[in-house]
Amino acid sequence: MAMQTLTQRLANPTRFMALSARLLPWIGALAAALIVLGLYMAFFTAPPDYQQGHTAKIMYVHVPAAWLAMFGYALVAASSFGLLVFRHPLADVSAKAAAPIGAVFTFLCLVTGSLWGKPMWGAFWAWDPRLTSVLILFFLYLGLIALRSSIEDEQLAGNLTAILAIVGIVILPIIRFSVDWNSIHQQPSVSRLGMPAIHPSILWPLLVMAAGMTLLFAALHLKAMRNEILRRRVKALRLVEVQSAAGLAQPAE
Amino acid sequence: MKAFWQLVGRDLAIAWREGGTIGVTLGFYLIVVAMLPLGLGPDLNLLSRIAPGVLWVALLLSALLSLGRLFETDYEDGSLEVMATGPLPLEAVAAAKSLAHWLTTGLPLTVLAPILGLLLNLPLEGYGVLVVTMLAGTPAVSFIGAIGAALTLRARRGGLLLALLMLPLFVPTLTFGISAVGAALMATEAFTPSFLILVAVSLASVVLAPLAAAAALRLQLQ
Repeated sequence: MAMQTLTQRLANPTRFMALSARLLPWIGALAAALIVLGLYMAFFTAPPDYQQGHTAKIMYVHVPAAWLAMFGYALVAASSFGLLVFRHPLADVSAKAAAPIGAVFTFLCLVTGSLWGKPMWGAFWAWDPRLTSVLILFFLYLGLIALRSSIEDEQLAGNLTAILAIVGIVILPIIRFSVDWNSIHQQPSVSRLGMPAIHPSILWPLLVMAAGMTLLFAALHLKAMRNEILRRRVKALRLVEVQSAAGLAQPAE
Repeated sequence: MKAFWQLVGRDLAIAWREGGTIGVTLGFYLIVVAMLPLGLGPDLNLLSRIAPGVLWVALLLSALLSLGRLFETDYEDGSLEVMATGPLPLEAVAAAKSLAHWLTTGLPLTVLAPILGLLLNLPLEGYGVLVVTMLAGTPAVSFIGAIGAALTLRARRGGLLLALLMLPLFVPTLTFGISAVGAALMATEAFTPSFLILVAVSLASVVLAPLAAAAALRLQLQ
C-alpha cells in the first residue's frame, strides 16, 4: 500500500516537477563524474586485449549503449502499459520522452559496433542475428516517433503509439537470445550467476561506464519529461488565452 | 459465427466487384520481380540462388500496397462505426477483415509466386516448398498488417508510415520463410524447425494481432 501511495504521489505532475528540479543537477553531475572516471579507467588502468589491442576499448561505450538501447525500449513499453491500463498522463510523457533517447543509444550502439567490426571482423556490417535484431529495434524506435508525429490529436497519438510499443516488445527476447543462433557475438559474460567470466580489471571500468551512462539516460529522460510537461502547460495556457479572446472577437476556427 | 463469415463474404464481394485492387497487387509483384534481373544482370546461377529471397521480399511489398486500405474505406463511409455497434466484437471484425485481406492478397500472390519463380530460374525442387511456406507465412502478413492499418487510420501520410511501422514486424516471417525454402533446396535438416517457427508466428499473429488492431480501432471510433 505504501508503494502505491508513493507512486501516486510521484505521479502528480506538480510534485514531479518540484522533485525532478531538485534531483536533476545531482544525477547529471554524478553521470558526468562516473563517465569521466570510467573512461579514465578504460584507457589507463584496463589492460589492452591480447588479441584486439586497444580497439577493444570501444567495448566500454558499446556494451552500455546496447544495454540502454534495450532498457530504453523496456521503459517505453512499461510507460505505454501504464498509460493504457492506468490512464495516467505522466506515463504518456515518459513514453514520449524515452523514445528518441532510446533511439540515440541504439544508434550509438550500432555505430560503435560497426567501428569495432571493421578491424575485428573485416567489415563494418555483418548480417549477424544480433546486429540485425538491434537494427530492427532501431526501426521500431523510428516507427514510434513517426507514428506519434503524424497524428494530430495528441491524446490519440499517445494511445496509439502505446499500442505499437507493446506490440513491438517481442523484439527484446529476440535480441537477448539472438546470440544462441550461431552468432559471431559472444555469449553473455557479465550477468552470469556467481563469478562473471570477465577479469575484474576489465569488469570494473565496464560497470562504472554502465552506471554513468545509465545515469546519463536518466538525466536526459527527466529533462525531456520536464520539457514535455512545460510544453503542454504552455499549450494549455495558449488555449485559455484564445478562448478568453474568443469572447471579444469570433475566431476563424 | 454467422456474422463473421458474412463480413468476410462482404469484403470478398467488395474486392471482387471493385476488381482493380487484386490486379494492381499482382501486377506490382510481377513488375518488382521482373525489375531485379534487369538490375542484377541475367546471370542465371545468381538469380536461382537469390530467387526465394526476392520472391518473399517482393511479396511483402506487394501485400503492403493494399493493407493501407484495409479499414480506411469502411472508416470513411461510416460502416466501421456500424460494425463496432453491431453484434460482432471489434476483435472479430478485425480478424474477419484480416482474413478477407489474406484471401484477396496473400493467396493470389502465393499462386503467382511459382510462375515468377520461372523468371528467376528457381530450381525445380523449390516450387512445392515455396508455395507451402508462403501459404504458411502470408497469414501473418495480413493479420500483423491489420495492426498497422488500424494504427495509421487517422495518420497523415498513412501509406508510407504503414511501411515503416510494419516491415520490422514482418522480419520473422521473412527470415524463417526464406530459410525454410533455402534449407529445402540444400536438402538439409534445417527445413522442419524453420517451417515450424514460421507456422508458429502465423498462428500467434492470427490469435493476438486482432486484439491489438481492435484496441487501436476502438480508440479512434470513440
